[in-house]
Amino acid sequence: MPSFSRVLLGLFCLLVAVLLLAPTLVVIPMSFNGNKSLAFPPDGFSWQWYQNFFTNPDWTTSFTNSLLIALIVAVVATVVGTLAAFGVTRAAGRTGGLLRAILITPMVVPGVVLAIGIYAVYLDTHLVGTVAGFVLAHTMLAIPFVLIAVQASLEVFDRRLETAASSLGANRLTVFRTVTLPLILPGLLSGALFAFITSFDEIIVALFITSPYLKTLPVQIYTSITRDADPTVAAVGTLLFLATSLIIIAGLLFGMRRGRT
Amino acid sequence: MHAPQRSAGAAIEIRKASKHYGIFTALKDIDLHIRPGEFMTLLGPSGSGKTTTLNLIAGFTDISSGTLDIGGKSVTGLPSHKRNIGVVFQHYALFPHMTVGKNVAYPLALRGIKGEDREKRAKRALDMVKMADFAHRYPNELSGGQQQRVALARALVFDPPLLLMDEPLGALDKKLREWLQLEIKRIHRELGTTFVYVTHDQEEALVLSDRIAVFNGGRIEQIGTGRELYDHPATLFVGRFIGESTVLRGAAELSGNDTVMTIGDQKVLAHGRLAGDARPVILLRPERVALKRPGADAVSGENRLSGTIVEAIYLGSASKYEVKLKDGTVAVVRSPLGATDFAIGDVADVAFTPADLILLPDDASADVTLT
Repeated sequence: MPSFSRVLLGLFCLLVAVLLLAPTLVVIPMSFNGNKSLAFPPDGFSWQWYQNFFTNPDWTTSFTNSLLIALIVAVVATVVGTLAAFGVTRAAGRTGGLLRAILITPMVVPGVVLAIGIYAVYLDTHLVGTVAGFVLAHTMLAIPFVLIAVQASLEVFDRRLETAASSLGANRLTVFRTVTLPLILPGLLSGALFAFITSFDEIIVALFITSPYLKTLPVQIYTSITRDADPTVAAVGTLLFLATSLIIIAGLLFGMRRGRT
Repeated sequence: MHAPQRSAGAAIEIRKASKHYGIFTALKDIDLHIRPGEFMTLLGPSGSGKTTTLNLIAGFTDISSGTLDIGGKSVTGLPSHKRNIGVVFQHYALFPHMTVGKNVAYPLALRGIKGEDREKRAKRALDMVKMADFAHRYPNELSGGQQQRVALARALVFDPPLLLMDEPLGALDKKLREWLQLEIKRIHRELGTTFVYVTHDQEEALVLSDRIAVFNGGRIEQIGTGRELYDHPATLFVGRFIGESTVLRGAAELSGNDTVMTIGDQKVLAHGRLAGDARPVILLRPERVALKRPGADAVSGENRLSGTIVEAIYLGSASKYEVKLKDGTVAVVRSPLGATDFAIGDVADVAFTPADLILLPDDASADVTLT
């Protein structure tokens, strides 16, 4: 017979879980709305908003734009952030700490402030509304996440393994490829995932540097919901929720399998 | 025979080598010649320069001045991955993401050895250390001793002419250490590779080595066989570091070609005299002195110092006594079975002939570095 305090604790946990999940769960039924409204509970049932998302060029291009930009950002930020993590971890004395503080500022500075700065510079350099402009801005925002994730891996990485590999005949590149990289890979992958997500759902900077010719998905969602109550937004939200859930579950399963060996 | 091919060991020639880290001098002008196939141990307390010397040979650090030749060729500026030297570390340094088999095959893969040949050689190396049954395990599934045996196989699998070991048994318990010492000795005998072994454990050095180089404060104090170092230490530090000893200090005067030292109110005669004007001290080995009843069993020409037994330890094969002499020095005496028994509090004479003592120049730093 569970005690009263345990029941209370259970109820409290349930309350917190509902609070955290409710906004997300409200979106799912809304996406099957029969009418063009964002009313909750939905009125009727239809797949039309999903159909709209996959056929309307406004949605498909903004989605592919976001995907393309986020993929490039994930690659660039992971490479740059990893190199930075090496520098920060292995710099002598206080240099490392100082560099780290500088590299992490994009995470601390309010997004709007950054957005204004970026916008001002982009106006002069004609980067507004370009893929390169988005990649550059998002890479800057993503680097701190990669830096933190890779640095955490490097801190627990035993550098003496590199010495050992070198004594066995491996040059520096081979040491990195065969010993260092495989051992910091979990940190690197989680950094890459963070970088991807940072870019994929970034809205503040995107709103400033977007143009009618280049919109990312968050920008499209925002404009669509401010212009008219289009339930396609809910369909997109549901799809994204599904995708991230799958990624997280896959990550957990992968982590569990690694943890066993 | 399971072992890899017998390879000719490489000679090492170090001349006037120094190593500085900023203002700190880790090595001062050391000269060390290691013969092909020799088992050379670098022995000394921590911070004495023995590991620095090993790192110089391995190529992990650069020499500040002097020369270093391996196998007759200068290796100055040659990075460690091009030196073809096996290294075994105290912390094993096995790659945690590779199985035992992959770890041992790693240096072979780097040398372009493929397929069946690689597997055969890896297996042969694992056989040599009796770890072939563990090829599919990961390092974290092995005990410390097993990991170190794998590390040894990995360092030897590519038949290097030289194997360096940095306190490889330091993290293991005594029983395992003693067993692995014998294994290392056997492997050295089978391979003919030059072994350079770093340790701070003088007993381990005596068990393993052909010759021992004793390091102290960034210098080599003496190089020799274990017997030479024990019987004829060149410095007080070496005498005290290798084996047990008692150091007698007192006012010394010359009497012809002999030295007479006054300890308490008794005189000790030592043959010979020190060159220069160094202050002499006398070093006694516990088994080279006898414990006698006061005044009894006199032998002509022997030195006798009276004292009181403060500790008596029965060791099975012998008894060990600590005797407090009149000047306060505590002398260590090892008596064979069958010698007269003494109890704590007994008055006794510590007796030794001039041939049983070692006359050395005093060195105050020997006391500091040993404690």
